[in-house]
Amino acid sequence: MTVTEERPAAEVGHARRRKEDARLITGRTMWTDNITLPGMLHLAILRSPMAHARIATIDVGPARELPGVIAAFSGRDLAEDMASLPCAWPVTEDMVHPDHLPLAVDEVRHTGEAVAVVAARDRASALDGLEAIEVDYDELPVVLDMEAALADGADLVHADKGTNKSFTWVFDSAEAGSGGNVADALDGAEVKLSRRYVQQRLIPAYMEPRSVVVDPTGDVFTVWSATQIPHILRLMIAMTTGTPEHKVRVVAPDVGGGFGGKLQVTPEELIAFHVARRIGKPVKHTETRSESMQATHHGRDQIQFIDLTARRDGTVTGLNVRLLANMGAYLGLVTPGVPILGAFMYNAIYKIPAYRFECTGVFTNTAWTDAYRGAGRPEATYAIERIVDELAAELGLDPMEVRRKNWINHDEFPFTTVAGLTYDSGNYEAATDKATQLFGYDELRREQAARRESGDLVQLGIGISTYTEMCGLAPSRVLGALRYGAGGWESATVRVLPTGKVEVVTGTSPHGQGHETAWSQIVADQLGVPFEDVEVLHGDTRTSVRGLDTYGSRSLAVGGTALVKACQKVIKNAKRIAAHMLEASEDDLEFADGTWRVRGTPDAGKTIAECALAVFTSHDLPDGIEPNLDADATHDPENFSFPHGTHLCAAEVDTETGWVNIRKYAAVDDVGRVINPLIVEGQVHGGIAQGVAQALFEEAVYDESGNLMTGTFVDYTVPSAADLPAFDTDRTETPATGHPLGAKGVGEAGTIASTPAVVNAVVDALRPLGVNDVRMPCTPERVWQAIQEARR
Amino acid sequence: MIPTSFDYTRPSTVDEAVSTLRAAGEDAKILAGGQSLIPVLRLRLAAPSTLIDLGGISDLVGIRSDGDSLVIGAMTSHAEVAASDLVRQHAPMVAEAAQSIGDPQVRHMGTFGGSLSHADPAGDLPSVALALDAAMVVAGPEGRREVAAGDFFTDHFTTVLGADEILVEVRVPKLAGWGMRYVKFNRVAQAWAIVGVAAAVRRDNGGIAEARVALTNMGPTPIRARGVEQALAGADADLDALRAACETAAEGASPSSDVTASAEYRGHLAKVLSRRAVAAAAGL
Repeated sequence: MTVTEERPAAEVGHARRRKEDARLITGRTMWTDNITLPGMLHLAILRSPMAHARIATIDVGPARELPGVIAAFSGRDLAEDMASLPCAWPVTEDMVHPDHLPLAVDEVRHTGEAVAVVAARDRASALDGLEAIEVDYDELPVVLDMEAALADGADLVHADKGTNKSFTWVFDSAEAGSGGNVADALDGAEVKLSRRYVQQRLIPAYMEPRSVVVDPTGDVFTVWSATQIPHILRLMIAMTTGTPEHKVRVVAPDVGGGFGGKLQVTPEELIAFHVARRIGKPVKHTETRSESMQATHHGRDQIQFIDLTARRDGTVTGLNVRLLANMGAYLGLVTPGVPILGAFMYNAIYKIPAYRFECTGVFTNTAWTDAYRGAGRPEATYAIERIVDELAAELGLDPMEVRRKNWINHDEFPFTTVAGLTYDSGNYEAATDKATQLFGYDELRREQAARRESGDLVQLGIGISTYTEMCGLAPSRVLGALRYGAGGWESATVRVLPTGKVEVVTGTSPHGQGHETAWSQIVADQLGVPFEDVEVLHGDTRTSVRGLDTYGSRSLAVGGTALVKACQKVIKNAKRIAAHMLEASEDDLEFADGTWRVRGTPDAGKTIAECALAVFTSHDLPDGIEPNLDADATHDPENFSFPHGTHLCAAEVDTETGWVNIRKYAAVDDVGRVINPLIVEGQVHGGIAQGVAQALFEEAVYDESGNLMTGTFVDYTVPSAADLPAFDTDRTETPATGHPLGAKGVGEAGTIASTPAVVNAVVDALRPLGVNDVRMPCTPERVWQAIQEARR
Repeated sequence: MIPTSFDYTRPSTVDEAVSTLRAAGEDAKILAGGQSLIPVLRLRLAAPSTLIDLGGISDLVGIRSDGDSLVIGAMTSHAEVAASDLVRQHAPMVAEAAQSIGDPQVRHMGTFGGSLSHADPAGDLPSVALALDAAMVVAGPEGRREVAAGDFFTDHFTTVLGADEILVEVRVPKLAGWGMRYVKFNRVAQAWAIVGVAAAVRRDNGGIAEARVALTNMGPTPIRARGVEQALAGADADLDALRAACETAAEGASPSSDVTASAEYRGHLAKVLSRRAVAAAAGL
């Protein structure tokens, strides 16, 4: 490992088992759906079977007559209460932003859109109620294909807007001053490659379906939700329901996965809120898996047109990207911003002199898209890593050599890219050297050559992905410049109890990441207390007053830094107390292993715990001192962090059937300083699995009427451990320079890296047969078809 | 989701089950392992008035040897079938197919007879039963009758079982001296077969004396690839001969096109997988 600084202390770096796992794995915890309140009613939501239709008539009356049903509302019944669901990221000034009501009132625009809600004493009665509701729909034309949606005379998803285009957002390195003019690069190019890649639509298949409970019976509205974003949700509920913010409390109890799918202010949360407010009783809604597949926001769904220019020696000279991004029928919380995040990543780890990016957001009659693990960055990484391989093939060079020729060398950091970001650190050479060794690159290339030579029915392909990503979302002023509606800071509170035990409050909102363990390890080292003595509190806006939640691999890099800052304040607060108790001057004290000691007399010292007891009793404190060690800190990052790494995939492709077998997968990631290697390993494994899923297995498919054909796990094929190889993983450790932890973030790395590695391997296996692309997911049939077409 | 309400009974004998079924009429459904029925109920795609749970009839569980046949009780779980020494010895392909179904939970809940009676075109066991010429023992108000596997499956999810009949056991002939193999091709481990091939081969004097090949998911019911079987009878036991013989595997089949695969691809797979299954069965 290329460790450039000494490890601070014992807990950080220790592969501790996660303290939260026993309760999460056994389910003996507070999931939202486990919550039962006195008098609570159960909600069921009626969803549109049509992709686009006017609601001619809707009658919930018959539902109200059924036993057990207490109330039923159509969109019209709640029209006066409802406001549009929020989109917090208007990426351009003239972005077309249609209203999106929690319950459709006059028109439905995608299958699964909510049209009515039934509240009943039990769930079965609520479902019976749904069957009694009568709806007449007048069918409207359905628009599904993005390119067709932008054609002249296309049918419109939102007739009143007069267009299916939401926005066009442009970045041009010549205009930004960060690089040259792409038109010039295209004109004089020795080599020019143009490709069209399709990022298929994916469904965030988190393990715990979304669930919400709203209690309107106290002085405040309490909302429990299986969400990644309790703080943002609270603000948005206040802003869209007219409820004063201090009268809304949001709790995210234990949450079972999200992958961005729970980075949303959902129709279901607002429907539950409005019903609870109307009838004055607590209500609960938990979606079924089938509802989730239809009605959660989806991810990806972009068409990428990419031109790469280069000299014949492999030096890249320009990059031109035009993107169509499917918004779906509406704009969710950060829908338009997702492809824009990708704009900064197409240049990836390479020194590209000229770059232009243009993204058009398009409305279609499909479920709206939004953040999904990586959010814009996997799409960008896929396109660049695929086309760099194509460049190598075009020039007859080893794809690794083309990468080496173009990447930012270790001695060139910090490096300001053509997209305008400054990468603070990185060591692509080290990660790549380690990965090729772990993988056995040369040996596998030899085997590949032998199989090609013998015409083996099973061909071997090697796929490379040398990725980076921008993590630690995000410097607030950058977000402001990108027109995002909030900041990117994070907060932490550290409280030392009289017995020396420590309570930590974080504004991040873990939903499977293991923050309780990692945060405890950080505090244990900082304050010199046992790991077991730290309790981490999160996810309740009453406990954790300030926070911006968990997404974008931000929690450790931003929230962890806030935590270190809070610990430092506690240590500083303890100093005066310790000096007083030690009858020494503050100037003579030094802090180590949780103890303030008098320099030169190591036996005399006061621990943080002793100082905490002293402030609790306050019997003998210096004059004028506030009897309190506790501290808050908020951290707003100055820059993103830039994890990187090299992933290598060897895929065997059965040329008779198109079957792809991942024979070997090696990943060397550099996520900066590692707090808990076990957690990092888990994130990498899960991330790779999710990226492989996009490469080979998963795709949300609508039929021509806009019905979701992949509405269950029978058709939406999420791979399990049985479908994946063992992953060989290792790390290099080049700390982030912008903050004391040196951590960069790891939540999305595997997903970003693995998809192009796998597809590059599949294409590499088939290249001698004349195949130079396979559309994702590379199902056996698609692979077989690609071979057939190449043979024609 | 939650099903609509229904009556539930759990008889303890086959006779009781048959008379309950008869009394309950057309809206009754038999519950075996529930691996297909429960999802349908939860999605409210079916709303039977009565559910007759066969889980209380201990006579329907178990595997025994009876002369030239292996007898598998209808309520025997896939996991038991897959682990059975008797099955592995006398009809190893049945164990292979049972082991390929779903995931461990499904294999422990799902039943041999339930799967055959459900007659899903993508189910693995029907084509295996067909290839082995198994006999279905059916109980009804008039007593028991035997139906050959070749006559049992009539359409998508449809068998010859009358509204008041229950599949109680399956008699699988012991094929001494035969090799057999079930090859399944699916997207992910738990998924249904895109195409499956059940092949049994008897070799003689170095060649192939006799072969049986049945296909999964190549039409509304499992089908025998008769052209392949005829071409294999007396063929040389080498891969070129097998390749030629299996070219006709998809003839007469009517595979569907769906979100998982096109009919064209299924047809192609039928040929390739037939060759591979026969080769494995023949020990090549």
